Amino acid sequence: MSTTSSTADLGAFVGAAQPAPQRYERAAVAPAAVVAPTPTAFLPAAPPPRTRHSAWAHRAIQRARSAPLSLWLAWGVIALVALWAVVPGVFTSYSATAGVAGQQLQAPSAAHWLGTDALGRDGYARLVFGAVHSLSGAFLAVAVGLVLGTLLGVLAGSIGGWVEDVIMRTVDVLLSVPPLLLSLSIIIILGFGTLNAAVAVGVASVASFARLTRSEVVRVRRSEYVEAAFGSGGRFGAVLWRHVLPNSLTSVIAMAALQFGSAILSISTLGFLGYGAPPPTPEWGLLIAEGRNYIATAWWLTTVPGLVVVAVVLSANRISAALTQGRA
Amino acid sequence: MTATLVSAPTPLLEVENLAIAYRDKDHEQRVVHGVSFSIAPGEVVALVGESGSGKTTTAQSIIGLLADNGRVQQGAIRLNGTDIAGWSADRFDTVRGRVVSLIPQDPTSSLNPVRTVGEQVGEILQIHRYGDRRAIAQRVVELLAKVGLSQPELRARQYPHELSGGMKQRVLIAIAIALQPALIIADEPTSALDVTVQRRILDLIDELRREFGTAVLLVTHDLGVAADRAHRLVVLQGGRIQEQGETASVLRNPQSAYTRKLLADASSLASAAFRAPRALAANDAPERPEDFAIVVEGLVHDFPVAGRKEPFRAVDGVSFRVRRGTTHAIVGESGSGKTTTIRDVVGFRQPTAGRIVIEGTDLTTLRGEALRQFRRTVQLVYQNPFSSLDPRQTIFQIIEEPLLNFDPLPAAERARRVQDILARVGLPAAVLERRPLALSGGQRQRVAIARALILQPRVLVLDEAVSALDVTVQAQILALLDTLQRDLGLTYLFISHDLAVVRQIADTVSVLQGGRQVDAGRVEDVFLRPGSEYTRELIAAIPGKKNPHHDPLTDLSHQTPRVLQQAA
Repeated sequence: MSTTSSTADLGAFVGAAQPAPQRYERAAVAPAAVVAPTPTAFLPAAPPPRTRHSAWAHRAIQRARSAPLSLWLAWGVIALVALWAVVPGVFTSYSATAGVAGQQLQAPSAAHWLGTDALGRDGYARLVFGAVHSLSGAFLAVAVGLVLGTLLGVLAGSIGGWVEDVIMRTVDVLLSVPPLLLSLSIIIILGFGTLNAAVAVGVASVASFARLTRSEVVRVRRSEYVEAAFGSGGRFGAVLWRHVLPNSLTSVIAMAALQFGSAILSISTLGFLGYGAPPPTPEWGLLIAEGRNYIATAWWLTTVPGLVVVAVVLSANRISAALTQGRA
Repeated sequence: MTATLVSAPTPLLEVENLAIAYRDKDHEQRVVHGVSFSIAPGEVVALVGESGSGKTTTAQSIIGLLADNGRVQQGAIRLNGTDIAGWSADRFDTVRGRVVSLIPQDPTSSLNPVRTVGEQVGEILQIHRYGDRRAIAQRVVELLAKVGLSQPELRARQYPHELSGGMKQRVLIAIAIALQPALIIADEPTSALDVTVQRRILDLIDELRREFGTAVLLVTHDLGVAADRAHRLVVLQGGRIQEQGETASVLRNPQSAYTRKLLADASSLASAAFRAPRALAANDAPERPEDFAIVVEGLVHDFPVAGRKEPFRAVDGVSFRVRRGTTHAIVGESGSGKTTTIRDVVGFRQPTAGRIVIEGTDLTTLRGEALRQFRRTVQLVYQNPFSSLDPRQTIFQIIEEPLLNFDPLPAAERARRVQDILARVGLPAAVLERRPLALSGGQRQRVAIARALILQPRVLVLDEAVSALDVTVQAQILALLDTLQRDLGLTYLFISHDLAVVRQIADTVSVLQGGRQVDAGRVEDVFLRPGSEYTRELIAAIPGKKNPHHDPLTDLSHQTPRVLQQAA
């Protein structure tokens, strides 16, 4: 069952490889679509959205077919973990937080696939229920980094002058601080918790997003089609929105996928250190931290969540590599 | 008997029934179909054809440099009688450089930027064990002197970015001749260079060929260059040979329809007709200031130079006037200031001094919103249609976009205008849904012209608008521009380094050199009675002088005016 759903997911995700133009097309076509419903308006040139969509879906399917096995695996892992986060109840009948007395520290068995922890809670259930915390945290972190970083990068790259200098030198300072240290400092200001940990990880990645976005914007701004757009009377904002942003975002999106992997890692690190979600939340970093006390007698408690984190991070990196390749 | 020996020497290279395919995912696409030709020692054979005709693929297979997904499917490539078609890369190393060498197309990207010129020339000598370090260093200097570089000792220590494009091409030629190979493959050796530099480089290849008896396979899209330099022509289209034979006889009496078309389209080989004067341009009409669509007076443009007090003057006192409905050409080599001039004319930059009046508006006084509104009047078409169209937009969005920048129009009206303009530039409605990547170079340039015309401008500035295109496509675009000018009464400012094209389409011309205008006036006047040495040199550098329509025996310097006089 999980295989079929992951296939469906794959199509959607592979399509997401080009989110920028898609968004842009809709924006540009919107005025035409307003007129389209009136039956008298004959619009051979205004493309009916459905054709466009099916052509797009067709391309997505074609790309999915030609994708290498490792990419399929990567999407499979991400899809499975995403399903864990959305419908954890389907995957396990145990509770992630309620322990059963007398069943502490059991070895993996048919009843408890990954054994039980020191409080008698099912390891597999904790892993499944933990996905939502780790994934949503990572999403939030990437969103914070992506939005703030892209904004700063676009401002710096398109305005130039002293604005660019101020923004980019600040970014240089931020980049010179180790990201974990930066996250820890932010957490100490904001306080502990899943949400704050995610924000802290996100803010720590703003600088690298800003730097990448700026370099892309500067590249696109120098291109002839941007000059041509100004030459045909385009206003600054319109040209930015129509040409600069869509053409700069591809590698930024690829970096977001990469960042997703490292955000999971960073949030797990913060959880491990005790700065993230408080117990008994089944957050992955916390699972690893709690399990390490029993590593000699119950190694699976800490190893399996660790391997899951590794698998997710590797998958995110693989997908990011595919996105970068698709650009070239 | 001697005659037969001369006319049929043992071929150095024999290509027989060659078929090459590229693998694309699952299936193989054949791009070269049964090509056969041969080259005798000391002979120059030109492979001529438009892009996609398989000429570069054929040349690459001879030196074993096909792309990874390319494969010789059948046929033989015999070099001195040995079939090298199926050779591995290792085996090719033994002949590359020593027997066959290559002059690559783009001199700017063919040299390693982090190594000195001397090291790069020496590398080939090292690989083929020419001798010890000192012998190689000495030979490098000899070679650099041989290809006509001044101060060869200094050049050997310089890095590629310190040399001009022509000098870099000379370095590449030095590498190619280092081991005195029997065959040099020159893949569009001058396409990236200015006309005068192009002529000097081709002369150099010719001289070296005569000195060493090297055979040359000249790959080119420029029939003019091929006609001037090659003994025999091989005309390729779609991977098939359309025609081959002695240059003179092919040009005089082309057998295939395709060769005839190529000949007709090659502006440098066309019978050098000047353009019939436009009614409005009739030069005896009295001059009234309102007749002129573009008036440029004393244009000066300075660029600040980092670390220097006085700025660099890119344009120095250029003045010209263009009558409404006529075409004015600006001619000059790279660095002559022509691009700076037109960027001022379309209002992308403010000139340092001077006046630019377009359709009665002084451009140099406009700022901000007024300048933006003014852009409806002047539109620019770029040289390279591959970079001037946003790859993420559909053709419809590209052409429609200028309309969105001004008074809001209903979507139906915009769609109608896009359709109209698309029909005008001769594109089918089916392309509207596609993206630029799915279009050919010529189609893209038509899209760029449509985008420029949709605002109904009065003046169209064309920046080398046809020089990135194949001759046939070039001829089509020039014809289109001519029709549009007649129908819409447009005024063109046409930038070009190609005097043959200028002769064909312009009414008046300015010749720029180093930012100064060295010659100006009606095209006939400038071409027949050049006012400066530089203009004379430019005119002499137009390839295609060996066209049998002209007298090939006449001395070049005398020939030019006469040829043009005949034509006029």
